[in-house]
Amino acid sequence: MHVVIIGAGEVGTSIAESLDDSHDVVVIDVDQARADQLKYELDVMTLAGDGTSLSVLQEAGVADADMLIASTDDDRTNLVACETAKTVSDPFTIARVKSVEYLRTWEMTEAAFGVDFMVCSDLLTAENIVRVVGLPAAVDVDPFAGGRIQMAEFEIADGSPVDGQTVAEADRFESLTFAGLFRDGEMILPQGSTEIRAGDRAVVIGSPESVQGFADDISPEATPDEADEIVIIGGSEIGYHTARLLEKRGLKPRIIERDHDRARYLAEELPKTLVMEHDATDTEFLAREHVDEADIVVAALDSDEKNLLVSILAKRLGTDRVVAIVDSGDYVTVFEEIGVDVAINPRQVTAEEITRFTHEGVAENLSVLENDQAEVLELELSPDSSLVGKPIRDISAEFDSDIVIGAVTRNGDQITPRGDTVLEAGDHVVVFVETACVEALMSMA
Amino acid sequence: MHLRVDWRASLDLTGRVLLYVSVPLGIPLFVALYYGDPIVPFLAAIAVTVLAGAALRRLPGEPGELGAREAFLGVSLIWLLVAVVGAVPFYVAGTGVLAHPVDALFESMSGLTTTGATALRDFSVHSRAVLMWRQVLQWLGGLGILVLATAVLSEIGVGGAQLMETETQTQSVDKLTPKITQTAQLIWGLYIGLTVLAVAVYFGLHLAGLAPEMTFYNAVAHALTSVSTAGFSPEPESIGAFTPVVQWAVIPFMLVGSTSFVLLYFAIHGDPWRLVESEEFRFYMGVVATGSAVVALSLTVDPDVNYGLEPTIRHALFNVASIVTTTGYASVDFDAWSPAAKHVLFLGMFVGGMVGSTTCSIKSLRWLVALKAFRRSLFTTIHPSAVRPVRVSGRAVDEATIRDIYQYLLLSIVIFVLLTVFIVVDGSRVSDSVTEFEAMSAAASTFLNIGPAFGLAGPYDTYANFPRTTRAVMIVLMWIGRIEIIPVLVLFTKAFWTS
Repeated sequence: MHVVIIGAGEVGTSIAESLDDSHDVVVIDVDQARADQLKYELDVMTLAGDGTSLSVLQEAGVADADMLIASTDDDRTNLVACETAKTVSDPFTIARVKSVEYLRTWEMTEAAFGVDFMVCSDLLTAENIVRVVGLPAAVDVDPFAGGRIQMAEFEIADGSPVDGQTVAEADRFESLTFAGLFRDGEMILPQGSTEIRAGDRAVVIGSPESVQGFADDISPEATPDEADEIVIIGGSEIGYHTARLLEKRGLKPRIIERDHDRARYLAEELPKTLVMEHDATDTEFLAREHVDEADIVVAALDSDEKNLLVSILAKRLGTDRVVAIVDSGDYVTVFEEIGVDVAINPRQVTAEEITRFTHEGVAENLSVLENDQAEVLELELSPDSSLVGKPIRDISAEFDSDIVIGAVTRNGDQITPRGDTVLEAGDHVVVFVETACVEALMSMA
Repeated sequence: MHLRVDWRASLDLTGRVLLYVSVPLGIPLFVALYYGDPIVPFLAAIAVTVLAGAALRRLPGEPGELGAREAFLGVSLIWLLVAVVGAVPFYVAGTGVLAHPVDALFESMSGLTTTGATALRDFSVHSRAVLMWRQVLQWLGGLGILVLATAVLSEIGVGGAQLMETETQTQSVDKLTPKITQTAQLIWGLYIGLTVLAVAVYFGLHLAGLAPEMTFYNAVAHALTSVSTAGFSPEPESIGAFTPVVQWAVIPFMLVGSTSFVLLYFAIHGDPWRLVESEEFRFYMGVVATGSAVVALSLTVDPDVNYGLEPTIRHALFNVASIVTTTGYASVDFDAWSPAAKHVLFLGMFVGGMVGSTTCSIKSLRWLVALKAFRRSLFTTIHPSAVRPVRVSGRAVDEATIRDIYQYLLLSIVIFVLLTVFIVVDGSRVSDSVTEFEAMSAAASTFLNIGPAFGLAGPYDTYANFPRTTRAVMIVLMWIGRIEIIPVLVLFTKAFWTS
């Protein structure tokens, strides 16, 4: 595959690194020195120039490229680069953006700006934080359908409220599907009457809210609930989206933001969040506002130094868990060594998402569960797929082994799959399937 | 000293509006011709209006653009001068108390500002045409003559938004369409439609034999003053002169008139949820419901009144709705009720309907915002760093708007207290002393444009019981109250007239 990457920053470099073994990679960067340097670090071709310029793109061989990844720090550069590439040929384009507005526009058609796949770093990072914060009981969580669907695997602990209940009793959420149950290394396709026992691992697929609800049910202590104090320090875009996503899950976080106008903006946008306008490095303030009693502190300030400082302060005050944003990938381990529970690097998160996407191909997105016994796949149904036009009940009947259709999104809206749901072309279907049957399923999609 | 306000533009606009006011004067003229009443008062009024309007437009100099200052001056002048020409038919007809210029102007200003406070003693001495002119004046004032002007005078164009905002201080104009003229036309269309519906319902009840007193004349007269939440009636007993079924029919029209016309527009065009989602709407409906329940309860336990179940509910709901919506109709002489019921009604005077409706008084939105801001203050006392926008219907209210609301509430209270003191002092000067409660209720009722008060100016009594000097002061306060204080007060600042 011929891949053109625009931007040789952390994201671009990281993607190039993971692709250079098996693909022809050309990296474009405006900075001559940076381009030259990369040439010696990786087995890629580098070009110094503006990625939005047609001549530069042509020089990089965009006419024959299979994929173009625009990963600079500037949203508009990335969008224009994708659109420009589309005027020459039809590579699969991936754009990294920071603005959620662009992402929302793109989601309307999934073709806007000439972008075939869009990754929003700030949102992705916030989603990551919320997963860490919100589902500590989960052993595995993966997003599907652009984050609208989540697959989560939970270990049922001793004394969990669902221990001893049947699946029908435990599955009380509207948009949640109980996909699979692993017991003593064996996979069980759950029926309504299947009993859940302590030690089982349960796989559920559904909206992030319903997965959260399920998590609250199975382990009320480990999962944050309304009574828990979640303090986000720093009202950056990441901090804002984290609060927004936590609100969506029924939690009431607090945000500490120093800038007056930004604090007002956050307070207007986040009705359930308590916004405080103050310097978060003021220990007296932190003590007065009982940040020491916070269950979780998220450090989302604009510099690594400040994040490190508030993380240490929060830890010293006695916060249970601290999650910190680390802008520079090199410091992630430093943070974790010092005692920050989870350090998240937005560029790394973005690069991982793009890389995962390039590896998996265009139409699917998968999670492998329990030593390859089962997979969760996301399929986009083409018009000639043999699954189109059939109710889910019939599809399940056609298979030798069992599959569970966990979730369906149609035009961006989530549909809860029921036996009589008829699949349509263009639907994104999240399927839980035994690994042995993946090939058979793929041939039908 | 250089005058920065382009008074020529304001006067030109005032002239235009006056010219247009000559058109509705045709309605009482027509009524007079039909019933054989004297037509001279209306011909004289039309002549005065046209001459005054034309004269204002022919003043030397070229009118410039309408800016904020011109809007303040224009709005204040228009409401004042329309009330003056509106008084001409009363004065010329010269029957009863209206023969005195102050009382003619009192009746006209009370009508135009949709106050509904009357100085009439004996209704029978006035011609049907004169009584109908009171109703028409209220209808014109209901939605605001400037909204009407904007709808009719397409030349006002951009300045129209400025004028409408100046007229109703509470809000920025919610445009339904990109063109302000079109928005004003839609709102007036809705207003006319609701009025026609009210005529149809009232007269329909008559035709169905359920309302013998509700002749076509009465149906039109009351339709004109119910949707406009104005409150004049050609009948001395107000709506109490009609059957219970009429009283029930009037309640929804008062409530609709006190609802935001923008939300009503959306509700009619297939989006009723916007109405239900409006916190202001729920708040004000809640006030009406709670007030009615308390009044009904106090009537039930009052040994002096004995209505029975249905009339108790009807009178409680009717009179509370009438007062809260600033209509000022009465279904019964509530002045005879127990102090408990009367004081609930008195408190109701300060509420008012929704912003963007035909009501006056403080208005529900201001109370809602003030209460929420107060609750926030309590919270920030404990958490000094907390940033908490005050939200209404989920939308954050601008801090400057909150300050404006506090300022308006404070001003209103000051004016209310001063007016109360004046009424007591002036009343004791001339005749028997006026009680504090009578004075307070009359002050609130006129300044907040409600209409009836308690005691001397009770629903079945008349403001003629007060000395004429009191009525003269009330004329000014009805005028200031209707355009929500600021446009008039601004004119009395030095900064307005200088650069």
